[in-house]
Amino acid sequence: MVLDRDRLLDMHHRMWLIRYFDEGARTLFMANMLRGTTHTYTGQEGVAVGACTALNRDDYITSTHRGHGHCLAKGGNPRRMMAELLGRATGICKGKGGSMHIADFELGILGANGIVGGGIALATGAAYSADLRGSGQVVVCFFGDGASNQGILMEAGNMAALWKLPIIYLCEENQYAEFSPSRPFIAVDRLEQKAQAFGMPAVTVDGNDVLAVYEATRQVVARARAGDGPTFMVARTYRIEGHTVGDPLSYRPKDEAELWKSAERDPISRFGRRLVEEFGCTEADLEAQRLRARADIDEAIAFGKASPEPELPALFEDVYA
Amino acid sequence: MREILYRDALNEALHEEMARDPAVCVLGEDVGRYGGVLQVTRGLFDQYGEKRVRDTPISEAGFTGIAVGAAMTGLRPVVEVMYIDFSALAMDQIVNQAAKARYMFGGKASVPLVLRTQGGGGRGNAAQHSQSLEMWYVHVPGLVVIQPATPSDAKGLLKSAIRDDNPVIFIEHKLLYNTTGPVPEPGPDHLVPIGVADIKRPGGDVTIVATSRMVLLALQAAEQLAAEGIDAEVIDPRTLKPLDLPAIIRSVEKTGRLVAVNEGALTGGFTAEVAARVQREAFDWLDAPVMQVAAEDVPLPYNGRLELAALPSVEKIIAAAKAALYWDR
Repeated sequence: MVLDRDRLLDMHHRMWLIRYFDEGARTLFMANMLRGTTHTYTGQEGVAVGACTALNRDDYITSTHRGHGHCLAKGGNPRRMMAELLGRATGICKGKGGSMHIADFELGILGANGIVGGGIALATGAAYSADLRGSGQVVVCFFGDGASNQGILMEAGNMAALWKLPIIYLCEENQYAEFSPSRPFIAVDRLEQKAQAFGMPAVTVDGNDVLAVYEATRQVVARARAGDGPTFMVARTYRIEGHTVGDPLSYRPKDEAELWKSAERDPISRFGRRLVEEFGCTEADLEAQRLRARADIDEAIAFGKASPEPELPALFEDVYA
Repeated sequence: MREILYRDALNEALHEEMARDPAVCVLGEDVGRYGGVLQVTRGLFDQYGEKRVRDTPISEAGFTGIAVGAAMTGLRPVVEVMYIDFSALAMDQIVNQAAKARYMFGGKASVPLVLRTQGGGGRGNAAQHSQSLEMWYVHVPGLVVIQPATPSDAKGLLKSAIRDDNPVIFIEHKLLYNTTGPVPEPGPDHLVPIGVADIKRPGGDVTIVATSRMVLLALQAAEQLAAEGIDAEVIDPRTLKPLDLPAIIRSVEKTGRLVAVNEGALTGGFTAEVAARVQREAFDWLDAPVMQVAAEDVPLPYNGRLELAALPSVEKIIAAAKAALYWDR
C-alpha cells in the first residue's frame, strides 16, 4: 500500500485529533465534568495512527486504559467518544462505560480495557476466531511496557505462536508503568527479548515516527494475513503526561517531558516536517489539518455537553443479551 | 425412554451442537486427541479437526480469555476448565471481561461463551480439586450459572447454554458423570430452558431446594422421610442465575417449610441467598425458619471421614427437614 497525499494528511489530522481530544478530556476532567479517572495518550499518537493506517476497516484492535488514541486512530467517532466521557446517552457505550471502555465493534474496536493487559487474551481470541472463520482479518493488540509483565502475555503469546494466529502484539514502550518508571520492573534489556519465549519474531520501531510505525506494521500485518503467524512489535515512545490526569509526577525528572515535547521528538511535529520535506506538503496544508482537528474536537465537546444523560431504566439494560 | 450416562449426555450435546452450528468450537486442556479428562469431548477432534477442537496448553487464563475474544467476534466457544478450582486462574477473563463486555460497551458486545467445568467433593481430591465455587459466579452480574443434576438436564441445558448469547458458567459434578438417567433419543430438539426450576419429586409437607449432586441426596432423603410419614417436595433450580424464585415460592406456599441444600461453604452461600429471598417474598407462608444444609466453613480435607463430616449428607438433610417440621423438639 502506498500512502497518497490525502492519506498522509488524514494521518496528520488524526494525530491532531487525538492530541486535542485528550487535551479536551484533561480540561473537562480538571473542571470536574468527568467522573472516575482518565488517561491521556499525549505523545504516543504516532504509534496508534501508524499502526491503524496499516489496517483494514474490518481488522480488529484491542486497546488499553489509555485508549482514546487507539480508538480515534481506528476511526472512532470523536463526538460519540466525548459524549461517552461525559457519561451521556449519546455516548458510544450509552454513557455506561466511560473513558476506559470505549468500543466500536463495527470498526473492529474490541474495547479499551480497564485491566492492564486485559486485551491481550481477547485479541488472541479474535485472531483465533478470524483464523477459524477464514476471514482474512488480522488483529493488533495494543498494550504497554507495564502490561508486558502480566502473566497473560506468556499464555496468550505461546498459543498465538503455536497456532500461527494472525495477530500483532504491539507493545508501546512509553517508559512508564502506572506511577513508576517501567525499566526497573523489566528484567530483560530490550522488550523484544520477551518474544523469544514464544519463538515469535520481533521488531522494534521508533514509535514517534508515524511512518516508521506504519511501514513496520504493514509488513507484519502482511505476514499475519498470509498465515505466517504473529509478530511481537515494540514501539518506543514516551508518555508525556501522568498515569492519570492529575498525577503529580513526583517520580520523574521535571525537565524530562519537556525534551519529549520538543519539535525534535514530538511525533506530530516530526511527521509535519517529513510531510513538508519529503511529500511536498506546505505549512498551510498542515495548519489546515490542525485547525480541522481543533474544530472537530470543539464540536465533539459541544455535542457531548448538549447531550442528555441516560434515563434511569438504562441501569438495567444490556446486562444480558 | 433410553437411559444414558451423564457424561454421554454431555458428549451428545456437544456433537449435536457442533454439527448444527459451525461457529461452535471447543477449547481446553486435553479436550481434543485425548477426548477430555472426563471423556466428555471424545470424538469431537476426529470429527471436527484441530482448529474447532483446540487442545490448549495448561493456561487457564489464556485459553479462557481467548474464548472470550472469540465469542466477541463471531464464534460460540465451549471451554473446558478441568476443575472449577482452576477457574480461579481465569477469574479476570470471566469476571472482568466476559461478564462485563455487554454492559460496559453499551450493549454492542455479545459473548456467547460456555465455560464447562466440574466441581464438588466426595472423592478425596482434597482442598484444591473439590470446591463448590458456583456462588462466586452467581455473584457477578452478566453471568449465567447452570448446574445440571441429571443426564437429561445435562444434555438439554448444555445445548441451551451453547445457543444462549450470554457467558454461561456450566458446572458439572465429578460424582455425577457415571450416573444414568432417561434422556430422549438423539436429536436437536431436547432443549431444557435456562432459568426454569424442575420439581424432581412432588410433595406437600416440606420443600427441599437442592442443587447439583445435592439433588440426588435430597431425593434419597425424601424417600427416607416418606417412610416416616413426611412428604417432601424436591426442587432443583438447575439454573442458579437467573434463579427461578417463583417456583420455590409456589412450593413454599404449599408446604410452609423450606430446606435449602448446597454443597458450597455455608457462609455467603446459596442457601443464605434462598433463605433471604424466600423470607422476603413469602414470609407469611413460612411456618418455620428456613433451614440451611451446606458444607462446613473449612477447606475440604483429604481424609474420607473428615470430608464426609464437612459435606452435606442425606442424614443432615433429613435432620433439617425434621427441624423445619419441629420434629426435633
